[in-house]
Amino acid sequence: MDTNGATTSSAAGGGSTSKSSSKKHSRKPVYSRFTQQELPACKPILTPGLVIATFTIIGIIFIPLGLVSLSASEKVVEIVDRYDESCVPSDYSNDKLKFIQNPSINKSCVRTLTVPKLMKSPVFIYYQLDNYYQNHRRYVKSRSDKQLRSVSDEKSTKDCSPEDKTVDGPIVPCGLVAWSLFNDTYGFSVNSKTIEVNKHDIAWKSDKEHKFGSNVYPKNFQSGGLIGGAKLNSSVPLSKQEDLMVWMRTAALPTFRKLYGKIEQDLQANEKIQVVIQNNYNTYSFSGKKKLVLSTTSWIGGKNDFLGIAYIIVGGLCLFLAVCFILLYVIKPRPLGDPSYLSWNRSPAGHPN
Amino acid sequence: MVLLSTSEPTGVAYVQTTNLDGESNLKTRYAKQETLQKIPEKENVSGLIKCEKPNRNIYGFQANMEVDGKQVSLGPSNIILRGCELKNTTWAVGVAVYAGSKTKAMLNNSGAPSKRSRLETHMNLEIIFLSLFLVALCTVVSVCAAVWLRRHRDELDYLPFYRRKDFSEDEEKNYNYYGWGLEIFFTFLMSVIVFQIMIPISLYISMELVRVGQAYFMIRDAEMYDESSNTRFQCRALNINEDLGQIKYVFSDKTGTLTENMMEFQCASIWGVDYNGGKATSQDQKDGYFVQADGQVLRPKMVVKTDPELLQYVRNGKETKEGSYVHDFFLALAACNTIVPIIVDTPDPTLKLIDYQGESPDEQALVYAAAAYGFMLIERTSGHIVIDIQGERKRFNVLGLHEFDSDRKRMSVILGFPNQSVKVFVKGADTTMFSVIDRSLNTSIIRATEAHLQSYSSIGLRTLVIGMRELSTSEFEEWHSAFEVASTALMGRARLLRKIASNIESNLCILGASGIEDKLQQGVPEAIESLRTAGIKVWVLTGDKQETAISIGYSSKLLTSKMTQVIVNSNSKESCRKSLEDAIIMSKKLTTTSGTTNETGRTLGTGSTPVALIIDGTSLVYILDSELEERLFELACNCSVVLCCRVAPLQKAGIISLVKKRTSDMTLAIGDGANDVSMIQMADVGVGISGQEGRQAVMASDFAMGQFRFLVPLLFVHGHWNYQRMGYMILYNFYRNAVFVLVLFWYVLFTCFTLTTAINEWSSVLYSVIYTSVPTVVVGILDKDLSRLTLLKHPQLYGAGHRDECYNKTLFWITMLDTLYQSVVVFFIPLLAYWGSTIDAASIGDLWTLAVVILVNLHLAMDVIHWNWITHAAIWGSIIATFICVIVIDAIPSLVGYWAIFEIAKTRLFWFCLLAIIVTALIPRFVVKVLYQFYAPCDVQIAREAEKFWAQSQSAAVEVEMSPILDHPRR
Repeated sequence: MDTNGATTSSAAGGGSTSKSSSKKHSRKPVYSRFTQQELPACKPILTPGLVIATFTIIGIIFIPLGLVSLSASEKVVEIVDRYDESCVPSDYSNDKLKFIQNPSINKSCVRTLTVPKLMKSPVFIYYQLDNYYQNHRRYVKSRSDKQLRSVSDEKSTKDCSPEDKTVDGPIVPCGLVAWSLFNDTYGFSVNSKTIEVNKHDIAWKSDKEHKFGSNVYPKNFQSGGLIGGAKLNSSVPLSKQEDLMVWMRTAALPTFRKLYGKIEQDLQANEKIQVVIQNNYNTYSFSGKKKLVLSTTSWIGGKNDFLGIAYIIVGGLCLFLAVCFILLYVIKPRPLGDPSYLSWNRSPAGHPN
Repeated sequence: MVLLSTSEPTGVAYVQTTNLDGESNLKTRYAKQETLQKIPEKENVSGLIKCEKPNRNIYGFQANMEVDGKQVSLGPSNIILRGCELKNTTWAVGVAVYAGSKTKAMLNNSGAPSKRSRLETHMNLEIIFLSLFLVALCTVVSVCAAVWLRRHRDELDYLPFYRRKDFSEDEEKNYNYYGWGLEIFFTFLMSVIVFQIMIPISLYISMELVRVGQAYFMIRDAEMYDESSNTRFQCRALNINEDLGQIKYVFSDKTGTLTENMMEFQCASIWGVDYNGGKATSQDQKDGYFVQADGQVLRPKMVVKTDPELLQYVRNGKETKEGSYVHDFFLALAACNTIVPIIVDTPDPTLKLIDYQGESPDEQALVYAAAAYGFMLIERTSGHIVIDIQGERKRFNVLGLHEFDSDRKRMSVILGFPNQSVKVFVKGADTTMFSVIDRSLNTSIIRATEAHLQSYSSIGLRTLVIGMRELSTSEFEEWHSAFEVASTALMGRARLLRKIASNIESNLCILGASGIEDKLQQGVPEAIESLRTAGIKVWVLTGDKQETAISIGYSSKLLTSKMTQVIVNSNSKESCRKSLEDAIIMSKKLTTTSGTTNETGRTLGTGSTPVALIIDGTSLVYILDSELEERLFELACNCSVVLCCRVAPLQKAGIISLVKKRTSDMTLAIGDGANDVSMIQMADVGVGISGQEGRQAVMASDFAMGQFRFLVPLLFVHGHWNYQRMGYMILYNFYRNAVFVLVLFWYVLFTCFTLTTAINEWSSVLYSVIYTSVPTVVVGILDKDLSRLTLLKHPQLYGAGHRDECYNKTLFWITMLDTLYQSVVVFFIPLLAYWGSTIDAASIGDLWTLAVVILVNLHLAMDVIHWNWITHAAIWGSIIATFICVIVIDAIPSLVGYWAIFEIAKTRLFWFCLLAIIVTALIPRFVVKVLYQFYAPCDVQIAREAEKFWAQSQSAAVEVEMSPILDHPRR
């Protein structure tokens, strides 16, 4: 009868239940630390020491980081020159749109910039557009990344309308983004001596190698009724059109800079730089601003004090909190895990709350 | 169905009513002699039955039948209800009086309601808030978009980034522009699509996963495995796990739930001498008493332990005076009952077992006891009984039987002895027996018996007093004629019979008293004790008699001698009202005089006299579904214990709905029989005991387990954990999704309100699928705020669930504020750091993705209490998985953001932003958490600290320190 003997029947007179259960397979759960939820575990508790240490460490790390990045940002020399207003001749100042839309008017414009401090090579040239929503949904959707990569996908322009095709066939590169390519140009000279602007390697290497095909050539570009911006040399493959690549990396924010080129020579302090600007790009229709920016760079990037200040504030706050907590713990301590603080042990009258 | 005839010549049918009231013993039902004689199985019988309208009362039936012009009254013993099982009766013929949905069984059925956990109900409210918030966000976006379109309406045609006009064809037409009204509408729809993550659909999925995980652990819990019935815990409902952590009322069935439904004869007091057995029974007695007849051995099915001294007396026979009393005592036990002996075959042909079946388990126990002492009841018919006394078969004529009723609280049998003498044997509850016992005789014995009874009931035994009287011939004749008249009377038969019974049951000579143990299940008193310490109110709803219920109340420590009992037994609505009002006044007086008022559940009963309310089913009939419900509830709230006896299945449900309607507290019903089904279904949480009484309760339940005491680990350990985990998980999920949506929303404000997302679509989708889902579920399943030991040691910690500590409105709004703050930090730090830089949308999108994911995972990590390797793997693994996913997505050349993560990760600014975001975003939460934990610690927090520090440093001292804590709340 007692075939497996797994369960010992408790009493002789226990009756039929124990007999039948010993015959059946015991369903007792197999013990393991996992199923009994007894896995070894670490149970951290926010002790005063831990809290104070955390705040102190954060403070100690953050304040130097903030100072370092602030000083790095301070060292960056930046020249910003807004030229969209001043590059319109005074007789057009009331109707800038007419000026910019008339192709027969000479758009050249000369600006003089003074270098405030020594700018070490390389000096980056940016154009900055304000109030230009390159992140507008209509705009960012209007492109075809397939088409940019390979000739075979030339016809995949369904997202690109209204700049998808002309009567002669599909537009390459299609879409509003490419169509609105920035077309102001800058020429730099110091003391009548031209400064070379290096326009190579302004786009990401990955874009040049993979994203923009080396056998894709511009086609039917800017041939429609409305010209949005720069034209492309249809004999140069897209993988060499670095301005286009920079432009096609649509900016995240409505105020943005795009790399125009690099000046690979130092600019001395108080040097006067003559810039000849071809003011072609139309931002007047939506009161957008155009700025020319010359800037050096630091290990943290361009000139932006925000992060340094933020670090200092957060670090300071943490140190302050650490001090506060030290004081709190000293003034009003509570022994951890003291059972007399349990709610059912706190008599209504007796214990201080 | 009204019985007409059965296979038994006497017209008796044995039925089992397990499905109706949960009692597993046999009950006898009789066919009327009038119909029996007509042999309805062969002939046509014509007659008319008039019966009352279908009702729910399974214990009552009133009808009369007209056969051959004779009126025959019918009572509950003449009908077999739907759901009964015929036992030991081959056939029965009857007339169906109630059919289909009008049967008593069906009327007692309440439909199975769909249950939803309370946390989920609250959560749904919060989700409505979030939906409103979502609509608000979408409205803001659409309104802003509208304003923008209006302001720029003249420029739209040529705007390089809008270009309304399409010039490619000859004629100028609008491209993808449908008028600004529709544009706004589309913007709204589009924003709904972009922000829909706000409504955490994934939350429902993770909740289900978490519940499955929790159920797995509950089922696998070795401490909830019942060795004796080989059953594991069963989780039958998957959506109310967390309700187990908030139970405020426990409604328990008695039979089979608190008790094992097994009566055991424990001790007897005969002629003033206490025989309380208990001494180790020697080996030869193990098999108990048996008789041999015709080469066959008859043996009672149950073995009762015997007292050797008493056995000695019995063996010696009637010679001594004590011997004769003992003899009469056991004769009374064997005879004065309605037990039917059934002889059961065993595999051994020479051995037969006698199984005693009867309505009352007490009687069963007594008959088994008598059999063990050599007074074996062998046969019972309506006319005579055969008892084997010490191997000698004797036949007694049963001249009359007065059945038990709740007014007299005793029963009597009149036996004609073989030597023509007639004796009446009476057994009954001590309260009523002493009034009919001739006090002039043997005062010392009566006093001794009373003392014994006192001691028996104090240890929770059910006591019965047995008395007898020899009837003179004249007395017998007088009684006999009266009995004849009464038993055929049509009007007021019960009253007449009662009168006759009380006449004959007088001037009794006391024989002794018996003590029967209604065996409690293992650990029941302890379980009830800790449930009460935890602030849970335990109500016992039983179909038993009031006395039984009270005695069980004592033995299970539900009732204590310190309590004042308020008993409501009424037969009309008016008297009900009166007794309820009196009871309320009394209970108020009792609870307030002692000073402290019951402000909260925690302090309930401390310092005041606790009141126990005992109410019976008849009173409940008048109270339920009437305006008296309110009063009962008021009264019950003042009482620390409520015992309801003689309640029908649907009344049990009625009581629960009474509580459910008036409070928002959670109710749990626990029961094992089919009669508990409606109660189990009605309660917020229904627990079935998978015991002997069929499977109906288990089938209807949400959870099933083997023993009542498993309720303690179920509620205190698993319930607490589940509640804490689920509460946290829901809040965290709200936060997690809202933070992401808000980051998207802030960005929309900088894109002309056109719902561009810097975070690419893939990441948006994967956010709740891969980036953040696993840690939620893992923490939801595995986090443990306190260890099992601590939770069991301090049942008060269960109060966290009562006070909604883990999930409430305040927490929700605080979390939402925190969410708002964190989203601002996540969004604006990169925005300001990259303002006016060459940053492109894909790169900053990657930064935001990573920042949000790391932030929400670290937020979770900050709140995790119990770090085991799985938690570590889930949290850090998710962060790593996110990096991998972002890298993979950015390695697809056809996407806009090709290679963005590699380009941006090369810059130090990116890492600086990430660090700043995470630290800045978490500081306020951390500070609030520290302050809260340190200066307004909840019990759980203190217990956790105690667990960590006290266990380490002074393990020995803990015991000393902790013990007063345990004792203190027990009033």
